[in-house]
Amino acid sequence: MSSSDWEAVIGLEIHAQLLTQSKMFSPDSTEFGSGDNSNTHPVSLGLPGALPVLNKKAVEYSIKTGLALNCKIRQNSIFARKNYFYPDLPKGYQISQYDQPLCEEGWVEYFLEGETKRVRIERAHMEEDAGKSLHRGEYTLINLNRAGVPLLEIVSGPDMRSAQEAAEYARTVRSILLYLGVCDGNLEEGSMRCDCNVSVRKKGADRLGTKVELKNINSFRFIEKAIEYEIQRQIDCLESGESIFQETRLYDSVKNKTFPMRSKEEAHDYRYFPDPDLLSVVVETAWLEEIKSSLPELPLAKAQRFVREYQIPEYDSSVLTQDKALANYFEQVAEACGNPKAASNWIMVELLRELNEAKKTVVESPIPSAHLAELIGLIDKKTISGKMAKTVFAEMWKTGRAPGEIVKEQALVQITDDSAIENLVNQVIAANLEQVEAYRAGKTKLFGFFVGQIMKASKGQASPEMVNKILTEKLKG
Amino acid sequence: MSIVHQSLFELKELINKGEMTAVEVTETFLNRAQQLNPKVNAFISFNEKALEEAQRVDQRRQQGEDLGPLAGVPLAIKDLLCTEGLKTTAASKMLHNFIPPYSATVVERLQTAGAVVLGKANLDEFAMGSSNENSFFGPCKNPWSLEHVPGGSSGGSAAAVAASMAPASIGTDTGGSIRQPANFCGIVGVKPTYGRVSRYGIVAFASSLDQAGPMTKTVKDSALMLEVISGQDPHDSTTSSRRVPRWSEALSENLKGLKVGLPKEYFSDQISEDTRKAVENCIEIVKAQGAEVTEVSLPLVKYGIPIYYLIATSEASSNLARYDGVRFGHRSNFQEIPAKDLAEFYSRSRGEGFGSEVKRRIILGTYCLSSGYYDAYYKKASQVRRLLTEQFKKAFEACDVLLSPVTTHPAFRLGERVADPLQMYLNDIYTTATNLAGLPGMSVPAGFSQDGLPIGVQLSAAHFDEQTMFNVAYAIEQALNLTKRWPDVQQ
Amino acid sequence: MINEQDLEKVAVLARLSVSPEESQTYLKQMSAILDYFDQVSEVKTEGVDPLVTPTQIEEFWREDEVRETLEAEKALANAPEKVGHLFKVPPVV
Repeated sequence: MSSSDWEAVIGLEIHAQLLTQSKMFSPDSTEFGSGDNSNTHPVSLGLPGALPVLNKKAVEYSIKTGLALNCKIRQNSIFARKNYFYPDLPKGYQISQYDQPLCEEGWVEYFLEGETKRVRIERAHMEEDAGKSLHRGEYTLINLNRAGVPLLEIVSGPDMRSAQEAAEYARTVRSILLYLGVCDGNLEEGSMRCDCNVSVRKKGADRLGTKVELKNINSFRFIEKAIEYEIQRQIDCLESGESIFQETRLYDSVKNKTFPMRSKEEAHDYRYFPDPDLLSVVVETAWLEEIKSSLPELPLAKAQRFVREYQIPEYDSSVLTQDKALANYFEQVAEACGNPKAASNWIMVELLRELNEAKKTVVESPIPSAHLAELIGLIDKKTISGKMAKTVFAEMWKTGRAPGEIVKEQALVQITDDSAIENLVNQVIAANLEQVEAYRAGKTKLFGFFVGQIMKASKGQASPEMVNKILTEKLKG
Repeated sequence: MSIVHQSLFELKELINKGEMTAVEVTETFLNRAQQLNPKVNAFISFNEKALEEAQRVDQRRQQGEDLGPLAGVPLAIKDLLCTEGLKTTAASKMLHNFIPPYSATVVERLQTAGAVVLGKANLDEFAMGSSNENSFFGPCKNPWSLEHVPGGSSGGSAAAVAASMAPASIGTDTGGSIRQPANFCGIVGVKPTYGRVSRYGIVAFASSLDQAGPMTKTVKDSALMLEVISGQDPHDSTTSSRRVPRWSEALSENLKGLKVGLPKEYFSDQISEDTRKAVENCIEIVKAQGAEVTEVSLPLVKYGIPIYYLIATSEASSNLARYDGVRFGHRSNFQEIPAKDLAEFYSRSRGEGFGSEVKRRIILGTYCLSSGYYDAYYKKASQVRRLLTEQFKKAFEACDVLLSPVTTHPAFRLGERVADPLQMYLNDIYTTATNLAGLPGMSVPAGFSQDGLPIGVQLSAAHFDEQTMFNVAYAIEQALNLTKRWPDVQQ
Repeated sequence: MINEQDLEKVAVLARLSVSPEESQTYLKQMSAILDYFDQVSEVKTEGVDPLVTPTQIEEFWREDEVRETLEAEKALANAPEKVGHLFKVPPVV
């Protein structure tokens, strides 16, 4: 049996750390990187007698996200205690939501290889983060600065069929979180964490296979790689007659392998029950409407609008809208130069390449949107050729200067004068009669050779369009 | 007459008029309490800074500052309430050396009102018990008879007041833990409406049932103390924003137009003769004061004990999970015998740190919440709790106050019931329903048994209607005039 | 009816070491208690919402403001074992 007989079923649990100043149930700071155990409070330490009081902002951010994920918002949701023992879990239970979560039954769509894909969101619920364990071999150290930081856990349906889809879904959710400004989406720092549930089954089978949970994945690339590895591992297992254990596996990015987390024999029994320290979370309709009306335009809507308004390809618009700042940049360039297609091309090809190489975001780009718009204007007015523009662009990236200035200084003006170009063409033909003969005998590939010679003679300044036109005529003889 | 037998109001007067300083009052009680404590064991620890605190009150008076309603009065605080910088043990080995970095809201409010913390009162470990015999620091004794229990869990708070070691104290009540010891020790004890008093900083037993309340010599003292500690607390989501009335100023023994209900299920043939007589006497008093007495029926209260223990132990099993020896509290000696895994790290510290009743309840509660039993136990109990609460609401459409015994009998002997936890749980038969329904309830002295043991009567009212309850209690207190009788612990 | 295995399982869940003698006592006592508790099953509760907070309390939330942070020194003051400002426990992986 080959791999193509199997189908992977993937669902993601994304934990998004909400960008509040203070913790979910106490007034200590959420700041990252403070001194050891310096962001604590009787509540986040789980001291005797400490009680939780809910942070309103955490609820607001959760509702915002739920709405952006097209969820139904439960106007009466319940906090429950999830009971288990772990040294970095101060109270011996985590305050979470169980059978009555805040957000349910939503969906997101993303664009992949020419297709629009939809993933269901089963639920999104509020919960508090645990502290951090630092394993030192002989002993373990506990830092509770992170304990009590608000999280939104977003649980997808088992709707993805490939590693690529899963990564794309995660990117989509991240971009929504960033658009909303509710999470900084940093996988490396753990402010966004993805657990992947992966199973495989024979194609066409109704029943789901045994699922394995993958944890400890801290980049989108690794989501893809870890899932790919895991799918193949499960297929190999099943094909050699072994069975899959329901377990949690960790991904090792260096070895590109998943391996089982040392697991206890004992099965979990979290003994969820409603937290009697907290009342049910009542979301008034007026507040819900207020939040709804404050939602920004989201990536998908923006992408659709870009296709409609600017007539750029779907793929381009989906890339351009992944990051809100990039989308804004594009709109500014497109509006200023009046040529959205060129704006999209320059950003997609030149600007993103430079940004990626320099590991910079568009906000840090040395080329402001006005400069790029000016550059496109120079091309459109035929002041410079596309080829020249690339040189100018490189200079703009390096120096941060405006394209007009660069063009003026380097005297980079395109030759568009008919007779001047005709002169150049004539010179080149006269100097290469043998090649002209060959061309006329059918070796038309030599056309490029002539263009090259002419451009060289013009120091790159001849308009390529006009060179083509005049050369074609002259070569006809 | 020595000042030690005076009420909180009388002491306040003395201090306000400048006849005694806060330091003198505090010193008097501190000396007496320290002298009697070896016999009664009402205190787990004394506040070394009590006199300093009292001195500050005196200085503030000299500077003409407004001193608050409890200025200079020393109080015993159940050792379940966190006191910043002062050991808070919950009467457990688990917390025998725990010094909280913060104070309970109740303690803060008392101190803001000028009260001085005298010391931390004994209790059943983690407030789990009805006799104060489950204390890591030894049982507390009933000042009326040292062979008898003071009741529990707020046994030390009750005994301290009864023995005049403190003029008043704070207890907590989850299923009767203020009312039952008040009843056994012949003092006034009030469990407020759920949500009146902040639970912040009080070691949690069962979050949906716990309320702190005053334990005093007189009804008026209780009313005043409750005024001080009540009201919404930004640190406790389950406190009510309702206005706190000045109950102590509105007390009235005139009960005309009031309907007093007698829940027939609370008048069973298990009640001792002495208790029956005392309670019947109270019924006559309220009638004489103009109240109409009517019988009411609360058929579901017969499930009070099981529902209470199912819910209380379930919540407790989770509330007590934080005692794991990681951040504070007892940790087993792993240097000597290392733990073989994480599970043992927890089990050993917890197994050693908790006493046997606490362990029994954690196990019971864990079982009730565990997969497969949740619906039949915890959930079922919570459903019946709603029905029971509705039954009480209905009863309060027919009457204003419920009057009943607090327990079937006066205080029992030390050791009498330790072997049978179920018998011990049945002690709470008349008190738990009040907590389940979140009602205000109190015990007020009603008389003495032939053996000279105190007997109280229980009153409860509709949610947030403490005033009516206080008025009936006040009428009974004024008619009986028992407040000037106190035990002779010295002999 | 609760049996020895149940009790053992629950003790593990609750992370409580229980000696064999304690276990025997608990088993007997818990059986009696649970027997007594079983009378609750007589009450019809179909469609009844469980009750958690017994009184009507108006919900309030915190504004998202940082204050009242505990100093690390104080946070660790009661720690059975520590290294610098970190709590120390036996190795866990």
